[in-house]
Amino acid sequence: MAMMISVRMRLKGSQVLVRMFFVLSMFLSPFIHTANRINMSEGVTPVSHEIYQLHMLIFYICSIVGILTFGVITYTILKHRKSRGVKPAKFHGNILVEVVWTVVPLVILIGMVYPAAKVLLDMDDTSKADVSVRVTGIQWKWKYDYLDHDISFYSNLATPSAQIEGLEPKGENYLLEVDKPIVVPIHKKIRFLFTSQDVIHSWWVPELGIKVDAMPGYISDAWAIIEKPGIYRGQCTELCGMMHGYMPIVLEAKTQEDYEAWLNNKGQDMDVAVAGDIGTMQLPALEPIDFDDLPKVMDKGLSIYKANCTACHKDNGQGMPPVFPSFVGTSIVIGPPEEHIKILLLGVQGKAMQSYADQLSDEEIAAVITYERNAWGNDDKEKYGEYAGSIVTPQMVADMRVELGLKEGRK
Amino acid sequence: MKKIGYWLSTTNHKDIGSLYLWFSLLMFLAAGVMALLIRVELSHPGRILLEPNLYNQMVTMHGLIMIFGAIMPALAGFANWQIPMMIGASDMAFPRLNNWSFWLLPVGFGLMGSTLFMEGGAPNFGWTMYAPLSTTYGPPSTDFMILAIHVLGISSILASLNIIATIINLRAPGMTYSRMPIFVWSWLITSFLLLAIMPILAGTVTMLLTDRHFGTSFFAAAGGGDPLMFQHLFWFFGHPEVYVLVMPAFGIISEIIPTFSRKPLFGANLMIYAIACIAVLSFIVWIHHMFVTGVSVGVKIFFMFTTLLVAVPTAIKVFNWTATMYKGALTFETPMLFSIGFLFLFTLGGLGGLMLGIVPADYQYQDTYFVVGHFHYAIVTGVYYAIIAGVYYWLPKWTGRMYSETLGAWHFWLSTIAANLTFLPMHFLGLAGMPRRIPDYALQFADFNQIVSAGGFLFGIAQLIFVYVLIENVFFKKGKKAAAQVWECAKGLEWTLDSPAPHHSFLTQPVVTKSVHEWD
Repeated sequence: MAMMISVRMRLKGSQVLVRMFFVLSMFLSPFIHTANRINMSEGVTPVSHEIYQLHMLIFYICSIVGILTFGVITYTILKHRKSRGVKPAKFHGNILVEVVWTVVPLVILIGMVYPAAKVLLDMDDTSKADVSVRVTGIQWKWKYDYLDHDISFYSNLATPSAQIEGLEPKGENYLLEVDKPIVVPIHKKIRFLFTSQDVIHSWWVPELGIKVDAMPGYISDAWAIIEKPGIYRGQCTELCGMMHGYMPIVLEAKTQEDYEAWLNNKGQDMDVAVAGDIGTMQLPALEPIDFDDLPKVMDKGLSIYKANCTACHKDNGQGMPPVFPSFVGTSIVIGPPEEHIKILLLGVQGKAMQSYADQLSDEEIAAVITYERNAWGNDDKEKYGEYAGSIVTPQMVADMRVELGLKEGRK
Repeated sequence: MKKIGYWLSTTNHKDIGSLYLWFSLLMFLAAGVMALLIRVELSHPGRILLEPNLYNQMVTMHGLIMIFGAIMPALAGFANWQIPMMIGASDMAFPRLNNWSFWLLPVGFGLMGSTLFMEGGAPNFGWTMYAPLSTTYGPPSTDFMILAIHVLGISSILASLNIIATIINLRAPGMTYSRMPIFVWSWLITSFLLLAIMPILAGTVTMLLTDRHFGTSFFAAAGGGDPLMFQHLFWFFGHPEVYVLVMPAFGIISEIIPTFSRKPLFGANLMIYAIACIAVLSFIVWIHHMFVTGVSVGVKIFFMFTTLLVAVPTAIKVFNWTATMYKGALTFETPMLFSIGFLFLFTLGGLGGLMLGIVPADYQYQDTYFVVGHFHYAIVTGVYYAIIAGVYYWLPKWTGRMYSETLGAWHFWLSTIAANLTFLPMHFLGLAGMPRRIPDYALQFADFNQIVSAGGFLFGIAQLIFVYVLIENVFFKKGKKAAAQVWECAKGLEWTLDSPAPHHSFLTQPVVTKSVHEWD
């Protein structure tokens, strides 16, 4: 013990600093390398590996610069304090030193640009892709279109609102789970094309090393070759309105055989159990519902309302006027039902209301409209007049699609 | 106590400086409360206090008020108090304009604050107001925000004109440009920056307004416009704006470090060149805020290079401050504590900025808590620390009384511990995958968020010490009387005046014979 102290006594300030750095890095390195809880994920694509290496390189450069600078400052603070009786030096400049610390950072930085630019050019090459998927951001869900196959679907948050509100215990993948994940094969070059239907979103899956804005009027792209099968999760990273935090991405990378089976099954999983935590969302009812049975229609309508409408128009239908209108006794729900159907099929130009023509079936649209027109006391004919409490049938929605030219056929 | 009418009509640079500073403190506390509300919501996973729309409003207003209401007016307060005293002028060049520049601020923030009580709520699209979220999808109160920004813009432009005119025309005989204190230099350059960028912001928000109401489609793809164009315009304003905040802070630190090191500023000329160089570069780096928007690869490489280039003059400044302290005779009064805090923590923020400049890595950092951590180091432990250091440094000159060094040290150490608890884990959260501007998060982010929230509250509490120190000093006139030369080695004309500085100073012009950077 005494010897150790005497050894340490003989070390100079600079040596102590170097030792401290080593001890510190030994202490930190397991955290930096193993836990992705405090560091960037290395990911599962060639690009994500390159990004990780650049990240660590610049991190080490910054650490060295930081430690040297902070070392000198600390040394000065400890050594050159007036309380130690030092007299201040008089110098106020030194051309040589100043040139050195202008040129050295410059050289380091130019040195950094080169490898980064190389990676960048590599990332930019989206040619010769095996699979192309168009990713469309929509408030607040993602839509995936497989360009070489007739597969297209929406991907919604699957976490039940009861978990968000703290009424139920939160699941393992709280806020990072969807009803239908995007599925891609491993070892193939996948090209993603990004666009948006409304505001700017940003599609980020850290393990793919991809973050690209989905912007209305633009198509941007990125590519990935995924090395191992698995489920990779991400989120929208551009503030896109109220439910920005509730717009996760789940990507399932499958082996070629599994992927082909998935394709052959028109994008449905062979085994629903594989989807695991996805069971919380209502799958479309296979049996058509009887629209004469109002309680049943209301149940169905409520479940669709909860999945698609609640975010803006609220559970109590009061919305958030003037941006998101109320459905309690307002003209939308007590006026002619045809107008109500039009709003759902077309959306409202220049407003946040999007079109649900592609997202919901005739039956679903009919059910949710019927729900809105009969819930919250809207069915009071004496108070609200002849249209109050009307029932909208799937046939009426189908006819309206024809009338609006959304579908071929005759009324 | 003077009457309200007096304060409304005062044209005295010291009065107006005080108004700016008190106003900024008020705004700082308001926006700080918003930050704490945000941290309550993020303290645990799940919905706690704010529903998502209100959360977005808090995020937006916190950013807008901190930048335009707290930081900028505080720096303008320093400009008003200090520039005339430091160049030997008796007042600003246009005293009436000066009065108006200030009184536009409460008007602007009245408009901005009123949006919180409007139907549909306050703006909820972030301080960056990206179209089309702020146009088609913005709440009605957006128009009030736009008007408020116009009013604040006019205020900034007028204040900048006044500062430029003052520095160019009212310097005392012998106060050549090369003899001017760095703080004055930093504000001269900042004023030109403001003149260049505020009209761009005004034009951009006007385009938002016409897109919202007059059917123009500047930023709407459906009408042949371009949402990316908004980002180009906004960041062409927004990046230099960052330096508008940072450069006067550099100026303050450059005044304080030599005083408490008892040694002249190292490489004063290089320090001025560095500020000018940063100012020029700040106009050609804006696309680094937009690396994930899909701009072409050539553009990305160019802007990566220019962004990294900014690190060179910034590094020069850090090295020169270090060299100033080196072989000095340091003492650690509160202004020096905050300046050293600035030196460490602003540098940390700057190094984070360097990492963000590497485009491929930026793909992983962009719009995550890594960015939030980075710019809070730069703005809170950078600019805000410099402001606090400056207040402690010049407060005895302004009020004629010393503050309590014990409380000052408490303020410093609590703030520094709290700021690191708050902003360091944000980097880890970002790297681990937490996006910014979300009201709720996945379970793996829970631990660090708890630490961040606790740190945030500790930081808030620490600032109450500062408020107490100020009230005690200014209103209760506690503390021992300050001499004219408050600090042993403080150089510059302001220290030739009594403490408190007389209401009208330099009625007879002083004559300057040498630079503040040349010591005997």
